[in-house]
Amino acid sequence: MTKTEENKQGFLNLNLRTKTLLVTVIALIILVSVFLSNFLIDHQAVLTSNFYNINQAPSFEHLFGTDWMGRDMFMRTLLGLGISIGVGAFASVISTVVAILLGVFSSVNTLVDEVVTAIIDLFGSIPHILLIILVSLAFGGGYYGVIMAVGLTHWTPLARVLRAEIKKINTSEYIKLSNEFGKSKLWIAKKHIFPLIISQIIVGVILMFPHAIMHEASISFLGFGLPAHEPAIGIILAESMKYLSMGYWWLAFYPGLSLLLLVLLFDLIGENVHRLLDPQSAQE
Amino acid sequence: MNNRTKTFIRNKAIHFILLMLAVAIFSFVLLELSPIDPVNAYLKQAVISPEQRIMLEQYWGVNQPLTTKIWGWLSNLLQGNLGTSLIYRVPVVDVIVERFMASFVLMFFSWIISGFLGFGLGIVAGKNKGGWIDKLVKLYCYILQSAPSFWIGLLILIIFSVELGWFPIGMSVAIGTVSSDATIWQWLARLVLPTLTLSLVGVAPIAMYTRNELVNVLSSDYILFARARGESGWPLIERQALRNILLPALTLQFQNFAELFGGAVLVEQVFSYPGIGQTAVAAGLQSDVTLLLGIVLVSAVFVFVGNLLADVMYFFVDPRIRENEYLDKN
Repeated sequence: MTKTEENKQGFLNLNLRTKTLLVTVIALIILVSVFLSNFLIDHQAVLTSNFYNINQAPSFEHLFGTDWMGRDMFMRTLLGLGISIGVGAFASVISTVVAILLGVFSSVNTLVDEVVTAIIDLFGSIPHILLIILVSLAFGGGYYGVIMAVGLTHWTPLARVLRAEIKKINTSEYIKLSNEFGKSKLWIAKKHIFPLIISQIIVGVILMFPHAIMHEASISFLGFGLPAHEPAIGIILAESMKYLSMGYWWLAFYPGLSLLLLVLLFDLIGENVHRLLDPQSAQE
Repeated sequence: MNNRTKTFIRNKAIHFILLMLAVAIFSFVLLELSPIDPVNAYLKQAVISPEQRIMLEQYWGVNQPLTTKIWGWLSNLLQGNLGTSLIYRVPVVDVIVERFMASFVLMFFSWIISGFLGFGLGIVAGKNKGGWIDKLVKLYCYILQSAPSFWIGLLILIIFSVELGWFPIGMSVAIGTVSSDATIWQWLARLVLPTLTLSLVGVAPIAMYTRNELVNVLSSDYILFARARGESGWPLIERQALRNILLPALTLQFQNFAELFGGAVLVEQVFSYPGIGQTAVAAGLQSDVTLLLGIVLVSAVFVFVGNLLADVMYFFVDPRIRENEYLDKN
């Protein structure tokens, strides 16, 4: 073993698999603690105005500074991230259900398959942000509108993957053999297809999160999303625009950066879980 | 015109018509589901008598069945009549044409800049795979793909407008002047920052793609052979690899039209750039249903054109596919 290889192994003497697992768990702990902090923080205290210290630059007392009502931006950001995770989780659940349903339906017969393809095509033909605006308006806007809009528009990539995957599995030899043996369609779906697509679904869901979070922030930023008194990141950033010309850069910088880190964490978890579940790369 | 071209055009035309029909009906039904009441949106809380309200409801056809409404909207659409905008009080077509031109300039420049920059960065990164340039480009792409584009816009606004003071904040035309009076320079000055933002965001996918493709190509056998013949460095890439990557990269850039449009919506909002994205947001917020429907249709056409150009690239420009055609004939 050469010197460099020894160095690579030096990190706690862990192999890649354990290391990946460790990183994933740490990222997960950060996310969960951000989400749980929402229940521990006293919302009333954070969101009450305090005019003694308005528009303060970041300091040790107020890590992210304070806004025009003297509210601590770090706390507001934390609450915003909690909302983002909540909306993201809920939207991912909706999208996953839709994706699985359509993916499975498409394998029924060619006509249904054509219809599913057409729906995917339709959803892809309108810029995503406009589609979200349309759907959120259809559901009457507000909290409900945002969740439904983000949830009902993120299923297309996963549905496409599932459709292709199921199609591939369905044409394989052992499915034909299973058919010959007289197994029912449900049995085949449960025993032969489901175990193969479950890892795709898990990874798809985790990778849906960052998109959902980002779109929730975008649409809130545009003013369609959550009501203005909620501390969502999109709303914080939209609000900060009024104060940028006065040089209060921290109002926009830190909340956006936190959102970016949140998205990167989800990406990291998604990639790592993919690596762990995928048998080809899991043993590297 | 050969048979292949004819089939291509025919298929695309049918696809286009069906898709536009679907988009028109789909978006109409979605807005019909929404609790937006056209009469209330028009009145903006003005007080009127019940009789007047009934008259207005009849004028807008509020109580007609859904099928009648959709039929009316489609038949008007076929005649090129998109209705009148509620907030601008002019035909929707006029609003869209004016705003779309502004957005088009923004998107066009961003598309070109991000294309060249992304392709260049991708080539440099792929050529130095594993090196610090590669890592830097990868990090940049990773962050830019994960960052909300409006936040990047805000940062650019903070740096260039607030701290450095090089560019004005907001308003595409200075307050107090009519938009037609603004000089071309004033207008260009307002175009710079949105274009910069949209370009920086757009670099990520194309750079990442180009990098990965180049890495793939460089590990192929014919590159190995070329190296064995003594070719190396930049001439090797220019002569052997570049042509293979350029076309798929260009295709990808065309397929990115939807992302480009979405980015423009957010960026225009940040910089108060009077483009179609900002208009769409205003239409949505102020319940201007006709204008929003018009914009959705136009955006769908825009995305379709992008995909069409990508297909044209693929079918007619790619020499490998052209060669195949001759082979098929013989």
